[in-house]
Amino acid sequence: MDAILLQTLNGLDKGSAYAMIALGLTLIFGTLGVVNFAHGALFMIGAFCAVTMQRLFSISFETLDPTQTDFLGNPLKVKTPYVESWFGPEMGASIIDWSVPLAILFSIPIMLFVGYAMERGLIKHFYKRPHADQILVTFGLAIVMQELIKHYYGANPIPTSAPDAFKGSFDFGTMLGFDPNVIIYPYWRLVYFAFSAIVIGAVFAFLRFTTFGMVVRAGMADRETVGLLGINIDKRFTIMFGIAAAVAGLAGVMYAPINSPNYHMGMDFLVLSFVVVVVGGMGSLPGAVLAGFMLGILESFASMNWIKDIIPGIDQIIIYLVAILILLTRPRGLMGRKGVMED
Amino acid sequence: MLGLDKKDMKFLLIVIFLTLATPILLQPFPEGSGMAQFNAGYPDLMQRFAIFGIFAIGFNILFGLTGYLSFGHAAFLGVGSYSAVWMFKLLSMNVLPGLILAVIMSGLFALVIGYVSLRRSGIYFSILTLAFAQMSYNLAYSVLTPITNGETGLQVTLSDPRILGQQVSESGNVPGTHFFGIEMGAAQKIAVGSWEFTFSAGYYFCAIIAIFAFYLSLRIFRSPFGLMLRAIKSNQQRLNYTGLNARPYTLAAFVISGMYAGLAGGLLASMDPLAGAERMQWTASGEVVLMTILGGVGTMMGPVLGAGVIKYMENIFSKINEQVLHQWFGWLPDGLESIVIWAAEHFVGSGWHMTSGVLFMIVVIFLPGGLVEGGQRIKGFIKNRRGGDSDDPEHHPKQAPHVAE
Repeated sequence: MDAILLQTLNGLDKGSAYAMIALGLTLIFGTLGVVNFAHGALFMIGAFCAVTMQRLFSISFETLDPTQTDFLGNPLKVKTPYVESWFGPEMGASIIDWSVPLAILFSIPIMLFVGYAMERGLIKHFYKRPHADQILVTFGLAIVMQELIKHYYGANPIPTSAPDAFKGSFDFGTMLGFDPNVIIYPYWRLVYFAFSAIVIGAVFAFLRFTTFGMVVRAGMADRETVGLLGINIDKRFTIMFGIAAAVAGLAGVMYAPINSPNYHMGMDFLVLSFVVVVVGGMGSLPGAVLAGFMLGILESFASMNWIKDIIPGIDQIIIYLVAILILLTRPRGLMGRKGVMED
Repeated sequence: MLGLDKKDMKFLLIVIFLTLATPILLQPFPEGSGMAQFNAGYPDLMQRFAIFGIFAIGFNILFGLTGYLSFGHAAFLGVGSYSAVWMFKLLSMNVLPGLILAVIMSGLFALVIGYVSLRRSGIYFSILTLAFAQMSYNLAYSVLTPITNGETGLQVTLSDPRILGQQVSESGNVPGTHFFGIEMGAAQKIAVGSWEFTFSAGYYFCAIIAIFAFYLSLRIFRSPFGLMLRAIKSNQQRLNYTGLNARPYTLAAFVISGMYAGLAGGLLASMDPLAGAERMQWTASGEVVLMTILGGVGTMMGPVLGAGVIKYMENIFSKINEQVLHQWFGWLPDGLESIVIWAAEHFVGSGWHMTSGVLFMIVVIFLPGGLVEGGQRIKGFIKNRRGGDSDDPEHHPKQAPHVAE
């Protein structure tokens, strides 16, 4: 029982990332009908927003501190980050400490802009081209984005730390009456899960309860009719593309402390997220979220030792195996809508 | 001749000539001159041209003819490499058994994967092949380590049995791969003036196989089978309504292109007897898609051209460094020079992927038919400029529409 709970919890953080990326992919697919292979790159750019934020806050100037001397007797050079000198040492230190959550604010406009520019600059011209062309051009774009990041940030993973308050783990089991030290769970992963739940909830609420969301949903169902009603649906879909990019970017920002960002993390997640979208059903938003969490948790169950003893290597292939099984038995995916991508 | 009409025969002869003359054609700049770094006439690179040409030709049989976009073809390349290296370990360093096993094994793999994946089409097919390839890649890295030697990669060692061939060469090293005594590593250097040409046995071995592969794909393109595959691409539904089952045809195309990939993998291992799992990664699958698109999908020459361009860029662009750039742009005014070098640096050295990404995007956006289409457009443009009257509306009136449109 405790093992089941622990693996479920372990699967949640990866599942949250899959769910958020897959949600964005499905949004783009459902609204614009475009298969976006550059979505993983957006996730990566989000993660690098966190890195940039941490670096920006840590920019320091050097001063000579006469009270401290090195072993030769010269005054020691002391680095003081600008934020500390502006806001006072305590406030400044905590700003640096909290740079990852603060990067959320910084990343939303950036990701909205990147998404908007991508749609207007490139993807707009590909609506009427075959899906293969869309896949190819976004694939090329993903390579370019990835190489740009590699050029400026290097090829090595960049450790990005979570705020001190969320470092370490807590004993989840004792709260539920298990023995201590059985279910230990890092704080940040819990934060990540809560964050993703909020983001996903916000997207759904936005689509459900606002007029804008209503129009977008109507456009997803029947684009032509909405257009005939005199609504500029293209503009709204462009904004939805920006939102989808922002969701992927947010997933990336908060993922940075869990896994040090490197330039190919987007591609690694993209492949899995596509599998998630297909399992959930092309064009189904709840399906994407459900499949994301499901596959994340399944992956963590498959990496338990006694399961690996029975079927060696299962942890490496479980997601693909499930995808193949589902595609062959339920071609539309778990919650796929009828008539989407069935040509 | 050879079952080809006159035009195709001429085409084939040109290809044969170009392939055989590659060591000379790709060495246009004299040794020691500033442009010598653009020479591509060294064996390692030329072998790659031929091998990846085969890979792309095979991929084109599937993607170009049936329109099924596979994102997992590198798996077959990897399987081919592994089986060839196993043959080198167990049987002998002769490449023939290795290549035969590579083709058979990858064919079997393609049969299984294709049988499952081809139940779906469109993007689902792409995802299924991708899933299978990633599965093979992950397994090769983890559980199948006894067969694949995991991260280190499979290598030929002195203690291998090699029951039919030499176990240890006279000099006490692992013997090199050979084809009935012709060493693959052997090369003959001929200096003509200040030019130096390298004729390597390995390249010619690959080249002759590539010519055969090209010929075979030419025959497939012109055959009724090829026509059937094109019918699948243009309208599968209509084909189904005429009472034809498309799946055996697509499966055959998938297996054939898988075997081509296996052959390419086997050749890679023959030139350099080691095999690693990274050959199966999905980026490798993406690379062959890139080559085919860049050259021109569905054309005969396109994939080979694309493979050549990408492998050339990989080798030549990655060698250019800042110093070379300074040499080139030294004549510019200082401020401008640093700007140009700053911009160019993104695209050379380790950033050559960027060049290929940008080039690829440009081709997909502006030239969906690839470099071949670009060539045809230029040709057509020149023809028109010369006053060719082929597009004269008077003499070539537009066909009247069937029904009022």
